[in-house]
Amino acid sequence: MTRQAQFHAAILDPAQPAPPGLTDGQNRPAGRRFSVYRNNVTHSLTEALEQTFPVIRKLIGAEGFARLARAYLRAHPPASPVLSRYGASFPAFLDGFEPLAHLGYLGDTARLERALVDSYHAADAASLDPAVFSETAPDALPGLRLTLAPSVRLVRSAWPIHAIYRFNTEDGAPQPPATPQDVLITRPDYDPRPRLLPPGGATFVTALFQGHALGQAAGTATETAPDFDLAAALGLLLSDNALIHATLDSPE
Amino acid sequence: MSNPIKTAALLGAVATALATHATTASAAEQEKCYGVALAGQNDCKAGAGTSCAGSSTVDYQGNAWKLVDKGTCATMELPAMADGTARMGSLEELDRDLPQS
Repeated sequence: MTRQAQFHAAILDPAQPAPPGLTDGQNRPAGRRFSVYRNNVTHSLTEALEQTFPVIRKLIGAEGFARLARAYLRAHPPASPVLSRYGASFPAFLDGFEPLAHLGYLGDTARLERALVDSYHAADAASLDPAVFSETAPDALPGLRLTLAPSVRLVRSAWPIHAIYRFNTEDGAPQPPATPQDVLITRPDYDPRPRLLPPGGATFVTALFQGHALGQAAGTATETAPDFDLAAALGLLLSDNALIHATLDSPE
Repeated sequence: MSNPIKTAALLGAVATALATHATTASAAEQEKCYGVALAGQNDCKAGAGTSCAGSSTVDYQGNAWKLVDKGTCATMELPAMADGTARMGSLEELDRDLPQS
């Protein structure tokens, strides 16, 4: 093992001895200093996870979260020096974490929390002028291709993740219903907002993400959910500044 | 491939969305307001590795902001300061109520 690999292994595992050959400024062995450093690494990564996943922490309790965080950070040390990106694989880790398998909604709730922070740090983009719609010839409208803002994220779930999130972040929010929920994250001004999508909404947004034209996207959504409300979906995207660009298919 | 919906239905939906947007757009706008947040309650959800949300340490800290509905920042009611001067929110950073360093 190289010295770097030895150091790395010992940093994440308190059962390992301090790597040999560490000295302080006066050439004395620095084993205890290493232990302080090791403790700080675990503490700072645990704190990073607490800040990104406050709802998960609330759901399983501070002590349980600290144990979960230790298991995660030892298996998945940071891949990036940017601390706010830490925890990208935390939702998948939760899905496979046996002791919490009875709380099936944790993984998707964590996906929602992770996506909110990603949305916060996404690039800015000027929003689309809604005049584009009235300036487009009516028979060309179905061919309009809409680009979503870089801050827009979609989280689909078989669990009521929007209600779970609200119930744990807002005073007086209602009890979560037993229904699947899809959430669109938008960033109307400075802060990301989790918006509950009605039936067909996620199919519509997915089609837009894939570059399908408005008519095609609305058609696919209506096929999935016959009562898909296009006006409401478009209204949400417009009022939350989630659209940034519109292009027209060139005529055949 | 699925069938695109009828153009008439699409037009109607777009018109409805635009009409609703025109009436709600101005009401929904928010702005940063300095000097109105209680200690630890300032906005910003930047996550780990930042010293941002919830970092204010005194009530109504002048250099900490909270998002409020547009137009309400300077008019919202705040308790007067210790010396009896009225306390106002501001769209710019303030040098009152700063933590002692």
